[in-house]
Amino acid sequence: MQNVIEGRVWTLGRDVDTDQIIGGKYLTVIDPNELKKHVFEIALPEFAAAAKAGDIVVADENFGSGSSREHAPQALRAIGVGAIVADSFARIFFRNAINLGLPAIEVRGVRALFETGDTARIDMSAGTVTNVRTGRSVHFPPLPHHLLDLLEAGGLVEKVRRELAARPTPTP
Amino acid sequence: MTGANGHGLTLAEKVLARASGVEAIVPGQIVEGRVDLAMMHEQGAQTVAPFHQMGASAVWDPERVVIAIDHWVPASTEGAAVLHRILRKFAAEQHLTHFYDVGNHGICHQILAEHGWVVPGDLAVGTDSHTNMLGAMGAVAAGIGPTEMAAVLALGRLWLKVPPTIRINVDGTLGKGVTAKDVVLRLLGEVKTTGATYKAVEYGGPTVERLSMPERFTICNMTTEMGAKCGMVAPDQATYDYLAKIAKHPMHPLAPDRDATYERTIDLDIDGMPPMVACPYSPDNVRPLPDVAKEHVTIDQAFLGSCTNARIEDIREGAALLKGEKVHAGVRFIVSPASTSIYQQCLHEGLIDLFTNAGAVFTNSSCSACFGGNMGILAPDEVCASSSNRNFPGRMGPKEARIYLMSPAAVVASAIRGEITDPREMM
Repeated sequence: MQNVIEGRVWTLGRDVDTDQIIGGKYLTVIDPNELKKHVFEIALPEFAAAAKAGDIVVADENFGSGSSREHAPQALRAIGVGAIVADSFARIFFRNAINLGLPAIEVRGVRALFETGDTARIDMSAGTVTNVRTGRSVHFPPLPHHLLDLLEAGGLVEKVRRELAARPTPTP
Repeated sequence: MTGANGHGLTLAEKVLARASGVEAIVPGQIVEGRVDLAMMHEQGAQTVAPFHQMGASAVWDPERVVIAIDHWVPASTEGAAVLHRILRKFAAEQHLTHFYDVGNHGICHQILAEHGWVVPGDLAVGTDSHTNMLGAMGAVAAGIGPTEMAAVLALGRLWLKVPPTIRINVDGTLGKGVTAKDVVLRLLGEVKTTGATYKAVEYGGPTVERLSMPERFTICNMTTEMGAKCGMVAPDQATYDYLAKIAKHPMHPLAPDRDATYERTIDLDIDGMPPMVACPYSPDNVRPLPDVAKEHVTIDQAFLGSCTNARIEDIREGAALLKGEKVHAGVRFIVSPASTSIYQQCLHEGLIDLFTNAGAVFTNSSCSACFGGNMGILAPDEVCASSSNRNFPGRMGPKEARIYLMSPAAVVASAIRGEITDPREMM
């Protein structure tokens, strides 16, 4: 994970639930490259075709509420979204995103700072999100160590892989 | 065990202290919880790849893992068939014998409940958000994603942030035609969809103590819609009686301390409360059902199903209203029991005859129309009266379709009249 993440912003409203991120009809799709074609089909229909790697999603409160489907952060990761910043997250989405190594950062008041097309600059160690166009920024408390560790490792798969690899090999 | 400043502990704090083996526990603390039960449904298929990528070779404890097929039963698409195939292969390789496959199936949470897989004091996790339902056993039961589940299968534990607890006390008597569903809808109207995000909700008070286990399942189930990590009821005689012959592992009954610290306490008196309905497009957009009924909202589909409300008690409640009546012309009425055993019970009690003679479609057990991915999909300008748990845009297919959430009795009354109807008018 980079310490500074900068990218073009897509804004969304509040309560964008998992049905609006990736609909129930796509739940049998497990190829992330197929899933990414349908991301935000309900909440922001123009997103899937126009979004580029490095873009940043800025949402209002309760982003990702509803289902436990990991398809939602997987589709955003497949697009190459650099980070998701929201006033608040629903808990399962938040864990799923971090577990996939996708930075999900809760920043109170962030949505009001941005319009679609702005550039956001996120400084992880300083704990700031800045709108490069307007110069306005907002602070967030640093992520807890165990979450930073997860993001540093690139996600839960790598973290557990290291833990299991470090275990002594059982002798027969 | 103690909490902050020597204070007592809430039920969630006690369960998490037990699961993590710590002596002192406070909200915000990160603990490593040992998992008592891990449940997967079709989303578990996405657990297999990360499990192998982690370098894991064996599931930590196959006796603590349950797999239930429930979203697409039997497989309705090639994609669903592939998910089922991945799960069957993984289960065979890992000796996961507690597999509720097509033919022995049911909605995953109902399977956990009716087979006694979650007991008081447990920490249970599942790959479905409504895993919260099992909190009615006096357990912490939470939904997680498939990568997280892969780590649980490999290690038998996961990190959890100890949540602050909201205590909800319910007092008063449920009126005729008013149900546990109406209570939880009323609470959603107050707590809202973000009011319990990252938090535990502990239900209690005289009314909750009198509720049956199925009614407690309904209430804990929709704690998910409040954003909560878990919704719980302290175990009592009703819990022990329910689990007496079916508990799969030893119980560790825990109760909240009298001096427990709650972030917020909500007292609800339900005396005189009418049936409630959650209007489009959010489960917290709750109004008294009689007010909505006055607006003559016509419906195209009625759905009596889902993990929230498709137990035998719910189906009987609907059948009592439907007896001698017909489904309104132009309404598609779908009834989907929550498990195969409930389906069989309906068969024995003549309820399948009753529903189909009235013009309903009685399907096998599955999540059915609830999630907009299998059957019972709506057209964009259609309206559905549903006993399920979510009505966000796109939940049953197109974003424009309108879903009203209500009790099973209200669904049946609406199916008969062809518009949203107060069930008390038909009692």
